[in-house]
Amino acid sequence: MSAANVKRRQFILGALSTVLAAFGGSRLLPSIDAAPPRQSSDGHGGSHSDGVFGVVGEVDHERNGFHPSELLVDFNYGDRVYEEAGRTVREYNLVAVDKEIEIAPGLFFPAWTYNGRIPGPTIRCTEGDLLRIHFVNAGSHPHTIHFHGIHAAVMDGIPAMPGMLFDMVGPGMIQPGDSFTYEFVAEPFGCHLYHCHAIPLKRHIHKGLYGAFIVDPPEGRPEATELVMVMNGFDTNFDDENEVYAVNTVAFAYNNDVIPLKVGERVRLYLINLTEFDLINSFHLHAEFFDYYDHGTSLTPTQRRVDTIMQCQGQRGILEFSYQKPGMYMFHAHQSEFAELGWMGMFHVTEEEHHGDA
Amino acid sequence: MATPDVPVERPNVRSIQFWLMGLLPLVALVAVIALFVSTNPVSIFSGDVPPVEVLESQRLVLDDQGFRLDVLNSGPDPISIAQVQVDGAYWNYRFQAGDAVLDRFESASIRIPYPWVEGEAHEIAVITATGVTFPFAVDVALATPEPSARQFRAYGLLGVYVGVLPVTLGLLWYPFLRRLRREWMNFALALTVGLLVFLAIDTFEEALELAAEVPAMFQGESLVFLLVPISLLAIKLVSDLFRSGDSRLLLAYTIALGIGFHNLGEGLAVGAAFAIGQVSLGTFLVVGFTLHNITEGIGIAAPITTKRPPLYHFVALALLAGGPAVLGVWIGGFSFNPLLAVVFLSIGIGAIVQVVYEVARLLIQDSRRHEESALNTVNSLGFLSGVAIMYFTAFLVV
Repeated sequence: MSAANVKRRQFILGALSTVLAAFGGSRLLPSIDAAPPRQSSDGHGGSHSDGVFGVVGEVDHERNGFHPSELLVDFNYGDRVYEEAGRTVREYNLVAVDKEIEIAPGLFFPAWTYNGRIPGPTIRCTEGDLLRIHFVNAGSHPHTIHFHGIHAAVMDGIPAMPGMLFDMVGPGMIQPGDSFTYEFVAEPFGCHLYHCHAIPLKRHIHKGLYGAFIVDPPEGRPEATELVMVMNGFDTNFDDENEVYAVNTVAFAYNNDVIPLKVGERVRLYLINLTEFDLINSFHLHAEFFDYYDHGTSLTPTQRRVDTIMQCQGQRGILEFSYQKPGMYMFHAHQSEFAELGWMGMFHVTEEEHHGDA
Repeated sequence: MATPDVPVERPNVRSIQFWLMGLLPLVALVAVIALFVSTNPVSIFSGDVPPVEVLESQRLVLDDQGFRLDVLNSGPDPISIAQVQVDGAYWNYRFQAGDAVLDRFESASIRIPYPWVEGEAHEIAVITATGVTFPFAVDVALATPEPSARQFRAYGLLGVYVGVLPVTLGLLWYPFLRRLRREWMNFALALTVGLLVFLAIDTFEEALELAAEVPAMFQGESLVFLLVPISLLAIKLVSDLFRSGDSRLLLAYTIALGIGFHNLGEGLAVGAAFAIGQVSLGTFLVVGFTLHNITEGIGIAAPITTKRPPLYHFVALALLAGGPAVLGVWIGGFSFNPLLAVVFLSIGIGAIVQVVYEVARLLIQDSRRHEESALNTVNSLGFLSGVAIMYFTAFLVV
């Protein structure tokens, strides 16, 4: 279309319109009815097509090597667990690998991952456990693992600064082919995270190197159905804006595979924000309210009876709620933009099944 | 001392050797290309280099079903369309023609059922498998006109207003022009040169502007620069064929042809303005072009004032110069295609330049006959008036 062409002409024409209208020129001209005036009288013209938002097609989860429905409930309590001097020791193996991930049907992102998945394994333990995380860098760039928690500087997983000694910053960036074991006692209890802290930081995080790190209080929490959701985004065209938003990586994953819940059951949702490029992300629950424990570091809610919370990058917390009525309930970022770009899902709540005698 | 010429023997008989000698470089060329393709020495450059993706819009239709976007892969590598966003939201779509994987120069038609809002702006973004996004803007959303007999008539009438009518009105000055003295006749011819020079520049600008919208593989700008001299030469050759006849009448026809191509371009602009819903704009474009083009009739009539051609010539001249505007409005209104527009406009420029040369020659011949400078006051004023008239009436349509 020569729209630009026509626009140029519009400028002067505006001024001349009154003069020319006096000629009655417009009355002499034929009417073209399929091209209505700029704004129809009701201002609501256009198409009333019943199209729907969302992606077309399906993601091949098998090729990705992980299924978003499994990531929700996949808690890793240790690849090796044993007692040592009266303390529980949990060992984890994390390997950084480059991997192409299908983040929306047909759309592939050249990711950097821990253990081939985004988010990486959900590391779960109890406050006071000794953790040994064996990290192998099998990727093409230097990486680290930086845990949010209380630990010594050498275990902080930051890049080494020139002139700083090992006991001040630790091993620095782990080069491709190298490995390192991060070791510390898990504290404080809460909903935490880990991520690569290699530089440039922005790219290393948004490429996919992050995961959930959940430390249970020694006395435990009440029985509940537990879910992990890591809010993330992907910039596929390098414009420092995300083309895809999601929880647990795949756009609209829980729209296609809705999350089954039961009426009345207590749901505990570990929510972590690792979205890059945007200041905040948020979570909105439909038709129900929840208690919120910011960082999960307290046993009493920091916010009661809310249905929307927001988190900056690295912020996280625990949501607790239970549905009173069966049905399909939406949850999504309450930035509509993020929701329509993939960060949206559904809870499918059904009545508790009756067992045995009726 | 010059060396004596050594006569080179040129065998008269076209032997097999003669043809072999002609074929040798071609055979060698095929061999070299085969060798290059089979060994692929540039593979060293293409190890992990991401593919170059270019996706261009050929047409975007808005109707009550939503959008229909026709895209063309004009890049060197295949493209796989993954998803479609509308206004920053993933949206359902299906392929009405073609499929997700587009090889070089392959096109597809994407149907997007979207509730667009009349008079507002929208943006469609196509995302490929590698995550590259191609945005396509809808500046003002309005239903794309669909061809119907009624529409066809209405658009045709627009073309008549833009082209046929003003040229015909201009030709009505013919009896007046005939009664002018020699100097004033020359003034009219010089005025014709002035307005044609203006048209050439204006058309050239328009062609270059549209060339930017042509898919890269067609090299829009080169096309303009190449087609102008080609059309100039072609029109010169054709008119030389007929020169034995009535050269002044022929000149009038050549002028009419050049102006016809120009009016085709104006028709495209008017049709496109209506098609994208700028009706008030289209209305004033029409009135503007009517005023603007009335001088074109003078240009056509000026060379034939010394003759008295039969009436049907005037009808033919008016149709040749004005008729293409009708065609232009139809094309612009129903299926605007920048490539076609660039081709037509470039041919038009060549025709106009050729006409400028011919009319200027008439003036020079006449001034020589009367032993005066071709750049005398009357001619110069005529030229300036021509440029000035076009420049100021263009205010109505620029």
